Amino acid sequence: MAPFNDTKTTSGILADTGGDPAPEPAGRATAPKAAWRMLLPSPTPWLVIGLGLILGIALFGLLAPLFVQDPNAISNIGLSSPGAEHLLGTTQTGQDVLAQLAYATRGSLQIGLIVGVLATALSAFFGIYGAYLGGFADESFSLLSNVFLVIPGLPLVIVISGFVPRESRGLWTIAVVLALTSWAASARVLRAQTLSVRNRDYVQASKVSGERAWRVIVVEILPNLLPVLASQFVFAVIAAILGEAGLSFLGLGASSSSTLGTMLYFAQNGFALPLGAWWWFLPPGLMIALFGMGLSLVNFSIDEIINPKLKSVREARKLSRAAARAAGAQPRKAAAR
Amino acid sequence: MTSVRVENLSKDYTLRGGLKRRTLRAVDRVSFELSPGKTVALVGESGSGKSTIAKLLTRMEKPSSGSIEVLDGQQRQVADAHYRRHLQMVFQDPFASLNPFHSIEHHLARPLRIHQRTAGKGQTYQRVLQMLERVNLEPAGQIAAKRPHELSGGQRQRVAIARALAPGAQVLIADEPVSMLDVSIRLGVLNLLARLQREDQLAVLYITHDLATARHFSDEILVLYKGRIVERGPSDEVILNPQHDYTRLLAQAAPDPERVGQVLNTGLGVDRARIDNTNCFNHFTGGWEQLDRTETQLPAAHR
Amino acid sequence: MSTISPERLEAGATGKPPVLSVRGLSVVYESQNPVTAVKNASFELGRGEILGLAGESGCGKTTLAYAINRLHQPPARISSGQVLFHDSSGQELDLLGLGESQLRDFRWQKLSMVFQGAMNALNPVRSIGAQLDDTLRAHAPGMTRAARRERSAQVLTRVGVDPGRLRSFPHELSGGMRQRVMIAMAMLLEPQVMIMDEPTTALDVVVQRDILREIVRLREELDFAVIFITHDLPLLLEISDRIAVMLRGEIVELDQAATLYRQAAHPYTRKLLASFPSLRGDRGAFVRGGTADDPQEQS
Repeated sequence: MAPFNDTKTTSGILADTGGDPAPEPAGRATAPKAAWRMLLPSPTPWLVIGLGLILGIALFGLLAPLFVQDPNAISNIGLSSPGAEHLLGTTQTGQDVLAQLAYATRGSLQIGLIVGVLATALSAFFGIYGAYLGGFADESFSLLSNVFLVIPGLPLVIVISGFVPRESRGLWTIAVVLALTSWAASARVLRAQTLSVRNRDYVQASKVSGERAWRVIVVEILPNLLPVLASQFVFAVIAAILGEAGLSFLGLGASSSSTLGTMLYFAQNGFALPLGAWWWFLPPGLMIALFGMGLSLVNFSIDEIINPKLKSVREARKLSRAAARAAGAQPRKAAAR
Repeated sequence: MTSVRVENLSKDYTLRGGLKRRTLRAVDRVSFELSPGKTVALVGESGSGKSTIAKLLTRMEKPSSGSIEVLDGQQRQVADAHYRRHLQMVFQDPFASLNPFHSIEHHLARPLRIHQRTAGKGQTYQRVLQMLERVNLEPAGQIAAKRPHELSGGQRQRVAIARALAPGAQVLIADEPVSMLDVSIRLGVLNLLARLQREDQLAVLYITHDLATARHFSDEILVLYKGRIVERGPSDEVILNPQHDYTRLLAQAAPDPERVGQVLNTGLGVDRARIDNTNCFNHFTGGWEQLDRTETQLPAAHR
Repeated sequence: MSTISPERLEAGATGKPPVLSVRGLSVVYESQNPVTAVKNASFELGRGEILGLAGESGCGKTTLAYAINRLHQPPARISSGQVLFHDSSGQELDLLGLGESQLRDFRWQKLSMVFQGAMNALNPVRSIGAQLDDTLRAHAPGMTRAARRERSAQVLTRVGVDPGRLRSFPHELSGGMRQRVMIAMAMLLEPQVMIMDEPTTALDVVVQRDILREIVRLREELDFAVIFITHDLPLLLEISDRIAVMLRGEIVELDQAATLYRQAAHPYTRKLLASFPSLRGDRGAFVRGGTADDPQEQS
């Protein structure tokens, strides 16, 4: 039961006819199961942990700024380790680290989301639409993505960022720059997937039925691309957060806003490491790492939807372990003899 | 009562191998007619061009030369916008021709709505149920709600047939409609096609590599070899009295249970390398027709 | 309901002693609802006999072949039965009881298999010669390189492929030639039994006939037994000595080919036979002019 039949080989024609399930028993009368439910991943430990991490951090970024102190309030305490008043200690200028962390998380999430959406939109346009059109449009879109792919990402981002004067280097500028440098790889993946779906019989059949092009793309092709799109979106978010962190760490990030990367930048500049002020650089680093891990775990689950074979491999292993345990008392040889 | 007249249809493909370009003539000056209530079988191996002809007829590809005329009951050319109302196709692979994401109802409702056969959701749904019942898929309400993977291969192919007839098609191109189905189900599906043809006076083009079903299921057989028709005539004539070398080869190669244990003794008697597809035997006229040779070379025979 | 009498279980066609005995073999798929894919399969394969195994998709014929070879993967599990191999040396091997290294010695030397979709089983980035060489090195480690090359060339010539093709890559060969290479690969160590799972299904009818003649001719030359698995019953009728018909995991009929054709005992066999219209005979159940048609398939 899979939206994709990538498991089929060209000559495995009869192998596929073997997959016939028995028709449902006559007594059942149900409304069609909502199509998108087929696309949901199964709740493995991976997925639960991943989703938990993402939701937890997102909630933290959304709500925590409402409950913490002013992150910019300078005080005379100076660098102090975690204590009753400042749960995560203070920076060199006496600013509360926890408060900074809350606002920084929000900032990073914002960038991650914006870049994710922008990059996915760009890659969807150049990848999916180009592949559907075929011919010259496909070739030129493909050439464009290949060119963007070859240009090294981080150096390009650094150059563009460095070029833009500091005052106008806002959140959106950085977001656009990051999106421009990360859409290409995703476009290639989407193009490959679209090419594969485009040639499937059901797409041809809907064309022969007389469907118009945009409906063919949206109604027939896109639903089968959703898991790949979701996966690419997650990748884009991860890349954005990491990329932004890298940029900010180098001092080229969004000047006005506060993100996890800028926190690390200030920690670096404030000599946090040599001074042993772990509470300053560890939390933001950990936050980036945990969020990235959560997203990656979710991507593993999406992988299972894209490639249903992974799911059956996992289930087969689980079942055979159960069967081996059950049949352990009666060795096969004894039965054979 | 639509009919189709194909004249001198040809299709060239450009193959690019490195810097060289080669022209592959997949279909070479093929002519035939499809009339209401009659089935024409197009028989050939893979690479013979039969799938290309299907694509040309359904306008998935454009012919390089020649003409396809679809004429309505009054012998007038059908307008482009209505082409697909008259001519539809049943695909070979029942597992790939239905979108796993959508319900059966969606598959049947879309052609109805596109070609404005019904108005409004209620009417469309009733039509869907009617069509399912027509192809013996019952209970229709339950089947309509299912997804393709919940149906068996034979059931899916019936849905594909229903979908093809939804726009009110009068000409049906059946591209190997049963070759991917289980053996014991093929009979049922082919008989279904035959019944629908009788009821609606459909013109059917039955594309297959199986001579036996071609003979029993169709009125006329066209034998295709490397893009050209090498023999044509009434089904029984072509099978029982083949004239062209290639047809003889096919007839001998088909498994025949009467020849139990005789595999080694069945000499094929025909040299594959010397099959000449520039002439065609026409059983209707009882004579040979010559196609003049062209410059374009066709690829070498596979063993 | 099975129509096999005990006498018929014995290898009768060739009059030669059996080379493979399968007794009461059952294979279960341990999924959410366990499915018995093969129920109590029993048959004997005579030395040098061609046994056809006919059935439609899902009947268990491939599962049976894999189980005999012990190639089945979890969740498939052999729940009962016995598979005995009667070696030409007189030794009797219990296939289900062999250890890993014994199994490796056994495979390809005594019994080999041509898999379904074999045409695409060749590695696209290595030459044919390299792949034949690999097989020899895996199963006959004692051979020298020269001996391996000679054997590869010899086996290709046997199946009708020019030995010069040893250096070709799979995509340079046609479908029919690739299938011959797969058969050659299975013949490398001159096994006593070859199991072929739908070897000609994806091929054109003319190429198919060439391959079938090749198989029968090789059998005459080398006297190996063949289990030929396919859904194409007329094909089996032409080349098999005996035919076993499988339905839903059970062998419902097992008989000489000629007898099965003329006097099929089981209703399913008759239904299968009726599904193949005779090329030159009458149209049988294919009704174009009448009103009969199947109301609904039974699955």
